[in-house]
Amino acid sequence: MLRLKNINTYYGQVHALRNVSLHLAKGEIVTLIGANGAGKTSLLNTLSAITPARSGEIHFQGEGIGTLPPDRIVELGISHVPEGRQVFKPLSVEDNLELGAYLRYRKKEKIAIRQDLEMIYELFPRLRERRKQMAGTLSGGEQQMLAIGRALMARPKLLLLDEPSMGLAPLVVQEIFRVIENLRREKGTTVLLVEQNAKAALALADRGYVLETGKMILEGVASELLENREVQRAYLGKEKKEIWER
Amino acid sequence: MDLLPQLTQYAFSGLSTGAIYALIGLGFAIIYNSTGIINFAQGEFVMLGGVLTHFFLMVLKFPLVVSMAVAILVATAIGVAFERLTIRPLKRPTPLSMVIITIGGSIFIRGVAMLIWGKDTHSLPPFSGNEPLVIAGATVMPQHLWIFGLTLLVIAANKYFFYYTISGKAMRACSYNRTAASLVGIDVRRMVFLSFAISSAMGAMAGIIIAPLTMTAYDVGVMLGLKGFCAAIIGGMSSGFGTVLGGLLLGLLESLGAGLISSGYKDAIAFIILLLILFIRPQGLFSKAQTERV
Repeated sequence: MLRLKNINTYYGQVHALRNVSLHLAKGEIVTLIGANGAGKTSLLNTLSAITPARSGEIHFQGEGIGTLPPDRIVELGISHVPEGRQVFKPLSVEDNLELGAYLRYRKKEKIAIRQDLEMIYELFPRLRERRKQMAGTLSGGEQQMLAIGRALMARPKLLLLDEPSMGLAPLVVQEIFRVIENLRREKGTTVLLVEQNAKAALALADRGYVLETGKMILEGVASELLENREVQRAYLGKEKKEIWER
Repeated sequence: MDLLPQLTQYAFSGLSTGAIYALIGLGFAIIYNSTGIINFAQGEFVMLGGVLTHFFLMVLKFPLVVSMAVAILVATAIGVAFERLTIRPLKRPTPLSMVIITIGGSIFIRGVAMLIWGKDTHSLPPFSGNEPLVIAGATVMPQHLWIFGLTLLVIAANKYFFYYTISGKAMRACSYNRTAASLVGIDVRRMVFLSFAISSAMGAMAGIIIAPLTMTAYDVGVMLGLKGFCAAIIGGMSSGFGTVLGGLLLGLLESLGAGLISSGYKDAIAFIILLLILFIRPQGLFSKAQTERV
């Protein structure tokens, strides 16, 4: 469904992604783990054309999308839930969700949009309670739900999630991860999940990639990565001693 | 003359010029919010509104309403072309380079207007007669009422657009968080384009409705533009209520100052207020503390 080949992305002089390649099959949940500054966010920003790649190829459903502007990417079915939620704080919860369907408004899909709004409220009942409230007054977890809801309003085929668990209580994280799982099961949404919480992410995902200073160093089935000693040491917080003396 | 009717008189004329400042100020605020630019060419669209209406009405002999409509359309087209030709081609726009461009654009538009229509001042006929009305002891020109009515209408339309239509909401989203706006598929450049269209239309409208009272010429845009800027600063660059109040307050103070102290200080008052606000409350008089959680 999605295939990246030899992607190189720069922030000014900083070489953020070095020859990164990655692929996702339809309906897969794939996670991308790595330390701070490894290039996880850069990879998502490259995919959604916020910081386009300087070289390399991106194919989505067989079509080259590397040079398209962000709005065309959304139109093709890739929605990006950015790091730090980035909801439109002074706008109401409902306005935020409606804007998620911005491109569909221009195609006169009003009825379908209303239905999807209902669907999001079913998914996150707390958003319905707060629909008239300014998004900036929501708690962190609610803002994360709103950010995901906003992305879903575009009816994406591929959802890019950047650190959805950041700064949230474990219970809220569980709720959000459960929603991601349901989305895949019920709608067949493909998910690329970027996480620092590697353990939870690998438990949810089918496959995983490990990124280190802009390079892909490992890839594999999620359960195998969970057992991988290098991954355990670097990303799962287990002590060297604990691993080697087992 | 008693003080009370005199004050009412000043209040009326102050509020109606204030309404004009509010319209111009809103134009500043809308562009500022969508692009981060202070568009110093904003005043020139005010001028274009008046001068173009005069041209269509007096030279081409169109009816008044048609002349106004065509003038607004032409001014809007010029505003949009201005954005396309000067702002959009910038590869790495910095606020400073964009401000300088708008100042250059303003001088250019003014110069061309002078070449085409000359340096004379022109007047427009009032929209409905010259017979003054007496309200609460003050004489009021019908044109004042037109100004109030039309300003109110524009502000209401503005409010409706920004709060109840998807394009308006998208423009607001864009001004709060550009990256997130791109991520939901909003074409930021289209929003910038729209903001220039709306601002130049509003500026032209302001220029037309004030022209019967103050006359119009190629250079009226400078002072009106600065007053509008002042209104927007008082309002904290909000594209809503704050700037409207800022405009009305400015008009009122100007008119009272001119009437009670000396008319020579009329323009000075606006700029003293501008400086005071910038020194003491640069976030504007009416901006409230934001409640926000991260």
